[in-house]
Amino acid sequence: MSVDTATRPVEPPADTAARSRALSALWAGTWPKVGAVVAFVAIWQAVVLSGWRPEFVLPAPLTVAQTLGDLVREPEFWQAIGTTLRRALVGFAFAIAIGTVVGIAVSRFRPVRAAIGSLITGLQTMPSIVWFPLAILLFGLNEQAITFVVILGAAPSIANGIISGIDHVPPAFTRLGTVLGAGSVDLYRHFVIPAALPSYVAGLNQGWAFAWRSLMAGELLVIIEAKPSLGSRLSFAQDFNNAPELIAYMVVILVLGMLADTVFSSQSRRMRRRRGLAVD
Amino acid sequence: MTVTENEARPAPGARPEPVAHGGVRLTGVTKVFGRGATATTALQDVDLDVRPGEFVTIVGASGCGKSTLLSLVAGLEQVTTGTLEVGGRVALMFQEATLLPWLTAAQNVALALKLRGVARAERTPQAHALLERVRLGAYADKRPHELSGGMRQRVALARVLAQDASVVCMDEPLGALDAMTRDHMHDEIERVAGEAGLTVLFVTHNVREAVRLGDRAVLMGSSPGRVVHTEHIDLPRPRRMEDPEVARRAGSLTAALREDVARHVG
Repeated sequence: MSVDTATRPVEPPADTAARSRALSALWAGTWPKVGAVVAFVAIWQAVVLSGWRPEFVLPAPLTVAQTLGDLVREPEFWQAIGTTLRRALVGFAFAIAIGTVVGIAVSRFRPVRAAIGSLITGLQTMPSIVWFPLAILLFGLNEQAITFVVILGAAPSIANGIISGIDHVPPAFTRLGTVLGAGSVDLYRHFVIPAALPSYVAGLNQGWAFAWRSLMAGELLVIIEAKPSLGSRLSFAQDFNNAPELIAYMVVILVLGMLADTVFSSQSRRMRRRRGLAVD
Repeated sequence: MTVTENEARPAPGARPEPVAHGGVRLTGVTKVFGRGATATTALQDVDLDVRPGEFVTIVGASGCGKSTLLSLVAGLEQVTTGTLEVGGRVALMFQEATLLPWLTAAQNVALALKLRGVARAERTPQAHALLERVRLGAYADKRPHELSGGMRQRVALARVLAQDASVVCMDEPLGALDAMTRDHMHDEIERVAGEAGLTVLFVTHNVREAVRLGDRAVLMGSSPGRVVHTEHIDLPRPRRMEDPEVARRAGSLTAALREDVARHVG
């Protein structure tokens, strides 16, 4: 320690203070999650140690971690992730297009709403795995069958998101649009659609979750030999009684789903904050 | 100019010459909502002639058709019978500022410019200039939730100016503000309307506010809504809410208003 420290200002420089504040905020958000993971792994380890099931059926957390470490070095692992994500994105993109068009049609045209409004909610509650037998009959054991079910799983949520968003646009906004002289296109573009956006994004988020679930169901049922996917690897791991690999793939599927959800919820939080709405 | 004529009838006292730019003329205007047994007469036989640049305040108890009158002038509703003539574009200001929460103050004003057909390159500088006129230049990039209630109404005022209207209908625009902010907004509306030469129809249930702001106060009675009394307010400006003369004139208007209410209740 040098003598001249006494002459320096006692408070740390502003940027250091800001950085330490950011770090402590990050820590405040992180430690409960880390704690939960640690607790879960500890319980898992305890169950393994209790000898409830033999280790080749229920491996220890460390074994799974080592398996995962080996997997990430294999090209097929990344190929499987690539195939699954591509299917998810293609299916989701179609679902967005169809769900959005149908949603706007239902909210705009009364007869369309009367015809299919409740059907959309019905489809939303239907487990998408129910569609697979029909999809396999229609398309065969191939990509199209999977994409078909992913779209049917996600589109109703997306349509419902935009319908409820448009239904709940404050009448004051549309009245304002009329007063400012907006025609019907401008009314949608500048007033109705932006006002409905938070609900639309919530619908997209839910749609993504359904797309992801449908896709996993599909990949377990429709196994295409030439194309390794997360679902097919999971299925093979079961066939070969390879429990560590099976659980390792489950962890990967969970993490990918959580990452996607993080993207949606951060977008949604940003939008709500900009509009001065409550952010939880 | 917009002329709405739903029934050809020789209105007594109707002048043949068209209304001037910035003027508003209602001749025997009646507005009925619904039909048959459920029909309600919101306005009956209202005559009102507003000069260009005049500040007319409209007072009355709730349900006297004040807001209906503004909706007719703004073109949101059609008259049932009678004639309504408006010289020029009409802008409307509500009790809530109704700013779009996803846009900044400047973007809210710029949207009105866009919908009026102002070229893209001119919108941003014009929006900033209009916000300067309501003394909010420093808040151009703030979003509505970052502004106070009074500031939001000033953005709404800038948006009214962006519409380049000659007539502005204000439907209790200060009803949701605290007394201090309200006083300040009186000065602001008076100044801005004066500078722009706007004709203002200002609806309020506050008699003192009507005297504070108006060149003329129109008293409306209820069931059915009609004009019961018109008072020219020749007090010098600037006026204040607490001026004794404002209070006295408000007192006499309140007496007239009570008389009408008593006639209906009694």
